[in-house]
Order: sequence, then C-alpha cells, then structure tokens
Amino acid sequence: MEILVCARRVPDTSENEIEMNGAGNDIERDDLVYSVNEPDNYALEEALEIVERTGGTVTVVTVGGEDDEEILRREMAMGAKQGVLLSDDAFEGSDGRGIAAILAAFIKKGHYDLILTGVQAEDGAAQVGGMLAAMLDYPFASLVNAIEVQRGTLKISREIEGGCREINEIDLPCVLSIQTGINEPRYVGMKGIRQVASVPIPKFDGPSLGVNGDTTGAGAAKVKRVDYFLPPLGKGAEMLEGSTEAIVDSLIELLQAKGGLN
Amino acid sequence: MTEAMQSPAQATFWLIQGRVLFWIVNLLGTACFAYIVAKRMMPLGRGQRDIRFDRPWLRLGKLLQFWFGQWRHPRYLAAGIIHIFLFAGFIVLAVHTVALLAMGTSDRPLETGGLYGAISDYAATVVFLCMIVAIVRRLLKPARYAVPARYGKAHTADAIFLLALIALLMVADSVFEASYAASLGQHHLQVEHLAVMSLAWMLQGALAAAPVTVLAKLYLGAYLVHELTFFFLLCYRPFGIQFHVETSLFTVFFAKLDRGTVKPVRWGVADGQLDQVKSFGVKTFEDFTWKHMLDFYSCADCGRCSDQCPANAVGRPLSPRFFTTKARDYAFQHYPMWGKANNGHSLIGGIYSEDEIWSCTTCGACEAECPLLIEYIDKIVDLRRGMVDDGKVPQSLQKPLKALESRGNPFGKMEKKKADWAKAKDFQQTCNVRILHGGHDADTLYFVDSITSYDDRMQAIGRATARILDGTGENFGILGAAEKDSGHDVRRFGEETLFMALREHNTEAIKASGVQRIVTSDPHAYNALKHDYKDMPPVEHISEVMARKVRAGDLKLEAVADANDVYAYHDPCYLGRHNGVYDAPREVLDAIPGLKRVEMRRSRDRSFCCGGGGLALFYEPTEDQRMGVKRVQMAADAGANVIVTACPFCMVNMEDAIKVAGMEGKMTAIDLAELVEKQMR
Repeated sequence: MEILVCARRVPDTSENEIEMNGAGNDIERDDLVYSVNEPDNYALEEALEIVERTGGTVTVVTVGGEDDEEILRREMAMGAKQGVLLSDDAFEGSDGRGIAAILAAFIKKGHYDLILTGVQAEDGAAQVGGMLAAMLDYPFASLVNAIEVQRGTLKISREIEGGCREINEIDLPCVLSIQTGINEPRYVGMKGIRQVASVPIPKFDGPSLGVNGDTTGAGAAKVKRVDYFLPPLGKGAEMLEGSTEAIVDSLIELLQAKGGLN
Repeated sequence: MTEAMQSPAQATFWLIQGRVLFWIVNLLGTACFAYIVAKRMMPLGRGQRDIRFDRPWLRLGKLLQFWFGQWRHPRYLAAGIIHIFLFAGFIVLAVHTVALLAMGTSDRPLETGGLYGAISDYAATVVFLCMIVAIVRRLLKPARYAVPARYGKAHTADAIFLLALIALLMVADSVFEASYAASLGQHHLQVEHLAVMSLAWMLQGALAAAPVTVLAKLYLGAYLVHELTFFFLLCYRPFGIQFHVETSLFTVFFAKLDRGTVKPVRWGVADGQLDQVKSFGVKTFEDFTWKHMLDFYSCADCGRCSDQCPANAVGRPLSPRFFTTKARDYAFQHYPMWGKANNGHSLIGGIYSEDEIWSCTTCGACEAECPLLIEYIDKIVDLRRGMVDDGKVPQSLQKPLKALESRGNPFGKMEKKKADWAKAKDFQQTCNVRILHGGHDADTLYFVDSITSYDDRMQAIGRATARILDGTGENFGILGAAEKDSGHDVRRFGEETLFMALREHNTEAIKASGVQRIVTSDPHAYNALKHDYKDMPPVEHISEVMARKVRAGDLKLEAVADANDVYAYHDPCYLGRHNGVYDAPREVLDAIPGLKRVEMRRSRDRSFCCGGGGLALFYEPTEDQRMGVKRVQMAADAGANVIVTACPFCMVNMEDAIKVAGMEGKMTAIDLAELVEKQMR
C-alpha cells in the first residue's frame, strides 16, 4: 500500500513558554523550538506499522519553507521512505482550504492508496483532512483510533463521545485523520536523523503543482486570524484540608460534580 | 609400590590392563572436555570486540585480590567462609589430583607423605565437609534465593547432584589412600602417617583390620571411581553453574578496570567514526562482547547481586541474577553441543522485556557485590542502545530526550532561564554569581546541571553551593545559558549520539571559560565530567571541597540548632559506589558540633538507590513500592529523623518518598550543602 502522511511543523508546547508579541496578534516567535505536530507522529507510526504488516511505502509531505525540512528529516529517520516539501512564497498566509488545495494538487500527481493526517495541528483547526478528502473526492473519516487492512477496504475504529468506539468500513483510497493514542510512536534518535541528513528532499512549487493564487496564499485566504489570547489565569488551586479520608471524600464529590467520575 | 598391593597401572580391570584403561580414560576425558569447551567458546568467537588485554599488572593484582584472595566472599560471612575453604581445598588438591591421574598410567608411586600429603589430606576433608554443608544449605535455603516462576525453575537437584559428586571424589581419594596405608600396616611395613583427624586417617583406622584382599579391591575400586568421577565432573560442569570453576579465573582477569565509565558503542571505533557503525548496541546475543558472554558462563548463581538490587527489591521486573542466567540458558540452547548454532534472534521480546531493561537505575549495587566482578551496567546500557536504535523507547522518556536535543535539558525549559536560580532577590543581593563569558576571569567553574538550575526545590541546593564557594573565598562562576545537560543519564539510557552532542557543546563551553577546575553539587554531572568527558580540568564534588575547607580551617561550622535530631547520611550511587567518595561527606557532617549521626544498615558501597536520577525520574516503572520509600524506612530503622543526601536527584526521591510513606513531620531530607550553608559561621 502506498501511504502519504501529511505532517506539519509546530512550536513545541512542552518546550516553549508561549508569550504574546508586542502587537498582541501573534505569539513571540524569537526563541521558540519547533517539532513535528504530535498527532502527525501517530499518523506516521500507524502508516509504518501498516506497511510493516502489508508492504508498501510511506511518503511524508509538508507545506512550508526551508525550516520545515527539519521535520521531514525527522519523519524519514522514523522510517518514512521519502519526504516531500511543497514550498512557494505564494503559499504563505494560506488558510486551511489553501493548504488542502496545495496537498490535493500534489496527491493528484501520484498514486496513493491511503492519506493520513494527524487529528489536528497543535496550532491549527482540524480542518485540512476533511477539505482535502472533499477536493480529492475521497471518503474521509476523522478521529481514527484503529486500522485494520482488508481487501480494497479498511476496517477502522473511530473515537466518539464518552470514549466509545464506532467501527466503520471505508473504501480505498481514502483520507483519515488519526487520533493520538492509536499506537505508541517509535523514538527517533539523533543517530537516525544524522543518517538521513543528506538525503535529497524533492521540492514542488506552485507552478509545478499547478496551483494558483485563487486558492492559496494570504490573498485567497477566507479565514483570517484577527486576534490571539493567552488563557486567563484561574483563581488558583483549591487546597483540600482535613484527614486523608476527608480529603478523598471531598475530592470524589468534586470530581462527580464536575462530571469527571460516574 | 609394595608387593602387597597392585598399583592401578599394573592391575587388570575386566581383562584390560590398568595402564591401558587409564590412558584411554585420561585421553577420552580430556578430549571430551576440550570439545565441550570449544563448543562453549563458539559464541565468544562471534561476539563483539572487547579490549581486555591492557594493563596486565593491574589485572594480575585484581586476580590476586578477587580470585586468589576471594576478597568479596566474606561480605556474606557464612557462605563466604565456606567458599574460601572450598576454594583453598581445590587449589591445594590441584597438584595432588594431577599426580593421582598420572599414577594410572605410570609406575611412579603416589607421594602421600610429607607436608604436602598432610595438607592435601586435610584439604580433601575440608572440601568434603563443605560439600555436606553446601548440600544442607541447598535443602534449607533462604527464601530470597527462590526462583520466581517468571524467571524459570530452580536447579536445586542439579546443584546437589554436582556437590555430591565432589563429595564422592573426596571420599574416593581418601579411601584410596586409607586402603593403601592399611595394607602397609598389615604387612608390617613402614606405615605411612595420614594426617590426624583427616577423612583418610579415619578411614585408615576403620580399615585397619580388613582382609588384604578386600583392601586391594577397595584400593583399585576407589582409584577407578575417582578417575571416572573426576572426568565426569570435568565434562559436566560446563553445562551448569559450576562452569565458574574453570572460567572465573579469566572473568576476573579480564574484569572491567575503570569504574564510573560506560563501554564505548564499539570497542576500537573512535567516537568520530561512529557514523559508520550501522547498528548500535546489543540486539542479538552476538552483539554482546566476548567478555560479557564469558560473564554469563561464570555466574555461579549465588544471587548476591539480586539481593542488593534495588529494582528487584521493589518488585520491578529486573533481577540481575536472572538477567545473567537467562542469557546463559540462551547461549546453551542456541549453541548446542551437536549440530549448528541457531543464532540471530532478538533478545528484547525474547529473553528480555523492554521494562526489564529500563528498570535498572545503574546504581551499581550488583557490581559492587559480585565476587567474580561480573558486569551489568555496560550490558544494560548496550541493550538500551539497541532499543534506542530501534526506536523502542517508552513515551515517558521520549519527551525529555527530545527536549534535551532541542533545549539542552530534559524539562524543555528555555536556555536563557538557566541562571535564574541565582537571580532570586534576597540571594543575589548577598551572593553575586558571575556568568563566565570566556574572559578567563574565574579559577573555578560551578557546573550546575539541569535539575539544580531549573527545579524550584533544587535551586536551593545551587544557591547553598554558591554561598559555600563564595564564603570560602573561591573565585568561581557558572556557564549560564551556555551550559547544557551533562548528558550523564542520556548516555546511560542508551542515547549515545545525543550524549556526544551534549558533551561536545559543554566541552567547548568549559574550555572557552578558561577555568582551572570544576566543582559540582550533582554527582551525576560529577561522574560525567570525570569519566565520560575527556581532557577536563580536575573535577570535585562540593562535598570534597567542603571536607578540604573544613580540614584547612577555612570552613567553620556552628553547632546544630536541635541537638535531638539524629542524622543519617545516604550515599548517592554516583558519588559513593561509582567514585568512592564515602568519607568526605561524613567528615563534613562530623565537623558540625553536636551533630548526632547514625549509619543505615545499608550504607557506603551497599547504599540503597533512591530511585535513580536523570532520565530515571521520567521513567514510569511497574513496581510494588518506590525505592525511596524503602530508603526512608531504612533511615527511620536506623533511628534517624534527618536524611542527608548530596545529590539533587536523591533529594527529589527522598522528599517524595517521605510524603508517600506518610512520614512528614517525622522525617526530613536535606542536602549536605544546604545543611552546611545553614551552619556556616
């Protein structure tokens, strides 16, 4: 099976202190470290496991600039056969539809049986997967937390409210957005990254993909960010007091009241 | 030889002349043994390179101390003393046995008299008695030596069988001598004096009145039994734990000489050439080095390692004893006596589980205890290298490793905040910690390392250390944002490439600072800078600095506020066991007037690990209990209400353990530097 995984480079929330910039319309990006959007790692791991079971190859694609090559290399070190960078100055400022259009144009150039995305980008809106499927006229399933390969179809499990699961059969080719927790992504060591450091990464720009300014770039974006907020600080923690048993009792009461316990 | 007795060489056994029979037995026995040993050595030939022929004099010294001198045996007093007797007996009997074997094929009589004769009579008696005790001990063994089902079956019957055979060997030897002496007596020839109270002497007494014909039969029969038992034992030992009789000499001679270090990824491959090494670490049995394979053969299954292992003590799925015996069983199974070797299987998922290999805190308690100096940490690290290479790393460890790669610390904190601990308001006003920018403006570098820089609680240890350095007139500074994690536990968790990147960065930063020496309050950083880094200025732990200052009179300490407090010092593994710094911290504590100090039952090189430092803090083990909880209970058992540590990771684990054990208010933990700062005049 030929699998394409769409990945994205995002600021790593666990390794940055997110602060607003002076203008208040974006976060301070000077001292940020970036990594692969975490749900995308689950998508790649799932792709690698499918290929280990049934054969085929895995390609990883991202839309971005030269800095984004870093995540392609990381995903290649993890086991993806090829990384592809879709890069053009005209892509800058694209909204979700724009990104989906760029990816769709690339996908139409090849033959992929299965296209996986992470459930959402940590700085995104969980929209590209669905739009991409629509543009390709492929079936789509979101929040997938198990995949079983069958002849010409996939049996998939989707997470629905309350931790319940729903089992679907979906025709190939299709687009799936992968929920975290579907697997345990393998570790990518520094040695692996070094070994793929000089593997050439093919680049495609707007003209070579056949996309134009109607759908991509800031000009075509129909969704625009107008403001940014950090969450307001809460009132602080409530310290429970009393004997251990009294503390446990009031904790259970609180959890039940807030719906955390049945 | 008297005419009274036919010698074994002259006698006829079932129509075969003795001389011929014993030639055949000797040759056949030796050939069998040679074949078996050659088969056993086969995997060693396929193992990885290991450089163990360096520093021969030092190795000879180790051999004299730990093999010939049985140095570590008395650490378990009763069993140790028995083993020393047994070992001495075997050494004494070696010459006697060779002479005895030679006798079957020649007419030279056996020299049983004289001093050596007497000593070997006693040696045989001692070995015989030791065997009886050893057999009883295997029948009434301590509960801790039981084999849990998940690790296989106990080999008690086999062990007793082997011990009984050795006892039989001793009896046959004694009967042989006794019947000969008795027959001489009956012929009124000069009676040989067997050693009084020896087994042979007693048998001689018992046989004194036996008919000559019986004596002659006993004499030849005992010889035959001795001969056959000897060769059977020789050829049977390589199939079980008694192979150590042959291999221990080599295991001890080739033992690891440099403590605190970790073996290179591949011996003989320079760090710069590692990019060319395709696969890192141990994935299949043949990825072990030949010395590590030899270790598996040499293990005597005594269980002292597991007895000391903190992971085993808290119910983690790791026991060093079975770690070794499982590998030995694997070698026996996959390198059979007949037929082709069946090798190349993955060890993880085969004989080892991932959790088993991550369960080790690399505390070194097993290695400090093993009488044969068998290595564990290097093997564990090599297996981890293999798992890291294959991407098999628990999710809980992936985050900190990634953060170490991008931010240089496992917490993912910003580099620019590395020196924030020194900017606390009340502190900065009284103690200004300089950040060194390569102007050669300080003699001493205080290497703070990640946890002391970033953890709110541990920052207090950093400030205390700085105050002590400042208060005793040290011209010191820190690297600030230029300091990355020492990488100590990155290396020990198997991520060698990341470790080398961290080391390269820090080495450059330290060299650029132009300092003459380095001080650290973190034993993990201390061990890394001392053993993992190269060409560093001299490194000291703050406890050594303090001890030196106390001795010189530069550090004067006030009496403790509460004379009722009882202090117990907990030896951090990487300060104590791995670096031998046991006395300096105790000396500092004892320099505080009025301080009452007790020792825990497990201290110094038997110290019990707090739970592990570095990446071990992030690992989520399956265990019945926390190591730290066991440790604070040990302190309480010793009568202490204050645990003094000298390591920020011990502090994390101890303070957590005090809470988990519900001992808040009854037990406190304090770092040695914090205590000294409090008592500084």
